[in-house]
Amino acid sequence: MQAHASEPEVLNCKGLTMEFTDERKQRFKALDDVSISIGRGAVTGLIGPDGAGKTTFIRLAAGLFMPKSGTIQVLGFDVATHPRAVQSRVGYMPQKFGLYEDLTVLENLNLYADLHGIQRKTRSERYRQLMQMTNLDRFTNRLAGRLSGGMKQKLGLACTLVSTPDLLLLDEPTVGVDPLSRRELWEIVYTLVREQGITVLLSTSYLDEAERCDKTVLLFQGKVLATGSPSQISAIANGKSFRIDTPAPLKPRQLQARLVGADGIVDAVLDGSHVRIVTSGNNPISENPAVEGLTMSSILPRFEDGFMILLRGIAGKGVESIRPPLPSHAVSAAENAENVVVEVHDLFKRFGNFTAVENVSFNVRKGEIFGLLGPNGAGKSTTFRMLCGLLPASSGKLRVAGVDLRQARASARQRIGYVAQKFSLYGQLTVMENLEFFASAYGLRKSRKKERIDWALTQFGLETRIGSAGSELPGGYKQRLAMACALMHEPDILFLDEPTSGVDPLARREFWSRINTLADQGVTIIVTTHFMEEAEYCDRLVIMVDGRVLASGTPMFIRGKALSQKGGEPTMEEAFIGIVEAFRMTAEDVKHDAPN
Amino acid sequence: MTPQIDDRSARDDSGMRLGRIRSLIRKESLQVIRDPSSIAIALVLPVFLILLFGYALSLDVKEVPLALVLENPTPTATAVAGAFKLSNYFKVTMVSTMQEAITRMDDRSIDGIVRLAYDFDRALSSGGAPIQVIVRGVDANRGRFIEGYIQATLGGFMLQPAGGQAGAATGTVRIQSRMWFNEAVDSHYFLVPGLVVLIMTLTGGLLTALVMAREWELGTLEALFVTPVHAGEILIGKTVPYFFLGLVGLMLTASAGKFLFHVPLRGSVFILIAVSGLYLLVALGFGLFISSTTRNQFVAGQIVLMAAFLPALFLSGFIFDLASAPRAIRFVSCLFPARYFVSVLQTIFLAGDVWSVIIPNCIALTAMFLVFFSLTLLKTRKRLK
Repeated sequence: MQAHASEPEVLNCKGLTMEFTDERKQRFKALDDVSISIGRGAVTGLIGPDGAGKTTFIRLAAGLFMPKSGTIQVLGFDVATHPRAVQSRVGYMPQKFGLYEDLTVLENLNLYADLHGIQRKTRSERYRQLMQMTNLDRFTNRLAGRLSGGMKQKLGLACTLVSTPDLLLLDEPTVGVDPLSRRELWEIVYTLVREQGITVLLSTSYLDEAERCDKTVLLFQGKVLATGSPSQISAIANGKSFRIDTPAPLKPRQLQARLVGADGIVDAVLDGSHVRIVTSGNNPISENPAVEGLTMSSILPRFEDGFMILLRGIAGKGVESIRPPLPSHAVSAAENAENVVVEVHDLFKRFGNFTAVENVSFNVRKGEIFGLLGPNGAGKSTTFRMLCGLLPASSGKLRVAGVDLRQARASARQRIGYVAQKFSLYGQLTVMENLEFFASAYGLRKSRKKERIDWALTQFGLETRIGSAGSELPGGYKQRLAMACALMHEPDILFLDEPTSGVDPLARREFWSRINTLADQGVTIIVTTHFMEEAEYCDRLVIMVDGRVLASGTPMFIRGKALSQKGGEPTMEEAFIGIVEAFRMTAEDVKHDAPN
Repeated sequence: MTPQIDDRSARDDSGMRLGRIRSLIRKESLQVIRDPSSIAIALVLPVFLILLFGYALSLDVKEVPLALVLENPTPTATAVAGAFKLSNYFKVTMVSTMQEAITRMDDRSIDGIVRLAYDFDRALSSGGAPIQVIVRGVDANRGRFIEGYIQATLGGFMLQPAGGQAGAATGTVRIQSRMWFNEAVDSHYFLVPGLVVLIMTLTGGLLTALVMAREWELGTLEALFVTPVHAGEILIGKTVPYFFLGLVGLMLTASAGKFLFHVPLRGSVFILIAVSGLYLLVALGFGLFISSTTRNQFVAGQIVLMAAFLPALFLSGFIFDLASAPRAIRFVSCLFPARYFVSVLQTIFLAGDVWSVIIPNCIALTAMFLVFFSLTLLKTRKRLK
């Protein structure tokens, strides 16, 4: 190992400020007077919601931007004056992985090895290590474009590691990747730190990942909110974290919806069949009217709790919270228990030799929030498209609102709303123009049209953004606008394909509050997601892997299928990984047995 | 843990390195081979264009539908009609009244009328026979061609000693015209060199414009930047594969011109390749510049079509002669590299290695190449903004 005794720190920045000009020629600070130092051989996490400045910081460290003011030193070099000295010593994986999709795995590795000037004789050993670490050894001759999302991400990582960098910069490495791949990536990162002494700086908007870092830097709106170990951040919420039992007639999500945004409550999220809340410090819990009459027990705080306290402290009213009224007919779904609105039976979809959806069956009842959970490529979107009548099924029975949308489109289409994965909005049209277009597309006119547009603007908090172009909106707003457009014609059933992908934790909380409200108004919601914790917001769900349904039922039932590693109630993620691994194991057995 | 071999001693060098360039070229070539759209632009499009221009579009005026009004079919008048009928340039319809001819002109079935009046014979013998010629003048160029052909045909007839008295005896001035450089008066002769320019502009400009912008869009450039690579190395890596691809396109078009359309190549092949290579570099430089400025494939593609392809089509002298264009247009055309290349190519193909044409044009091209590459290098510093 090369000794760098003269370098006390791997990264050191002082008063770092970065400015950009937005679409309307307004200057804004992406980073504002940031001073951080990072020591050798640890995992540091840059944590924050979208637009916090995480990516800007990492790009500055990689020498891709010139700072507006302040200095940043990496491995003892000033990045502004010696960018190439830094660039030859760090590994950097941008959000899109930076792979050439029409090159094979090996060709991608070779390119980066050549660029870093790695000698041929040392390569084979290095490649062997990397391929073993990333489990890609069987795929060296496959085109990168043909790899799954998780495999691409691991190849991206391997490419940054061919030169054994001193510092590894990873920009949101786990976005859009399934839980299994996420866990594998973290294992690789730990191995690198432990065995090769590589320092890792990564950004993430997943708060559960923050707990896996040695040190965290909390960014919000370009400023450092706090730095410290995850346990230090968690400790901010000492004595403020509670678990509340859900009283009988309510569903956990209904209780959560009532608590979120209530006075004295900083955060309320679902935790299995309970609701987990964080209270603000200056408001003793006994005096809080929101929790009166509820059974609650004190629990150990986690990173997310401390983060939310810090964030609410800074953001205050800046972070919107929607507090829907308790539903007038409190248990709407129960009344309609037998009222099936979506029926799927033995559904198959084949593309050539490839079976994308295999023998899938489930029912959705009126007013339910129904989830399709699974990693990328599990067949969730394909199932969705068949339900919406966009794709014909290869075989099986399919009923949405009593009809097969493929055959009886015109009438039934009025009853469904669909939000596609990429939010199909018109980027060049303003918020208002998008709403008007979709209203007209659904045949709304005059006063009715105006009424619905006004409703959409208020319901989704879009009033302040009427004139912004669709493409300029931040992720959370795009998603709101997409939902508003899909709800223009008051559909009975709303299909949401990965609505929270690429949306930060704050926006995701808002999103689920809205979904709750809609469900309580009697709208049936079918949603796909790869965020395991979001499964808790569903009344019922199915877990899909490789086109098949591996488990279905209420979140509690599914969690019950797995045994927790830590003991106690397993999380949805643990349950998911358990279910998938058990399935893959049997699938492997079948493969091994087949030739005999 | 395994001992690490430090093979990074040379990592701080500030210059370019051959190993990295070679690797970038290899990468780019693999991408070209695997991407059907680059092959389509580089090889299929030239073949398609040359067949289209070669067989379907021709600027030659041949087989002009013509009505011959023979009001009084005397032997002399019939002989004149015969001269028109024998000509390759005309497809003659005989009518007997002017009225009939005009009707045909109106319904666009003929492009010209030649009228031999009732008293043609008598007038001819008294020294001045009027022949009325009417030509469809919608397309002025074509109209002039037709008029010229008709006059040539009539002139040929007048020189025949058929009438005896009109010819040699009076000793009138005779014009002996000869077409130089394009003896066969075949429009392929000047279309093919122009086509080479068009194809080079497309392969050079469009290909590079798309590929650089694609790397910006996919974020691969961002990953590439955070390696010891030099911005110049990236540019060279982008240029070389498309340079050779463009040369293949040149070979295809030049051979098609020579062997399919029998366009003579009077200059040397070596000069042809050298000058084409130079122009290709200009086109590549332009494509790279557009691409690294817009960083968006769609916009880059549009700009190349507007700023390189269309000028190469209309402002280069390829179809429309620049000498007869207004001064302002001629001035504007000087801003586009295509016009210099068209001049050189037409010279090399049809006249030979005329240095007084080749050298000044090549100087202009070299200057443009240098401008585009410096601008691109300036734009492609390893920064995102």
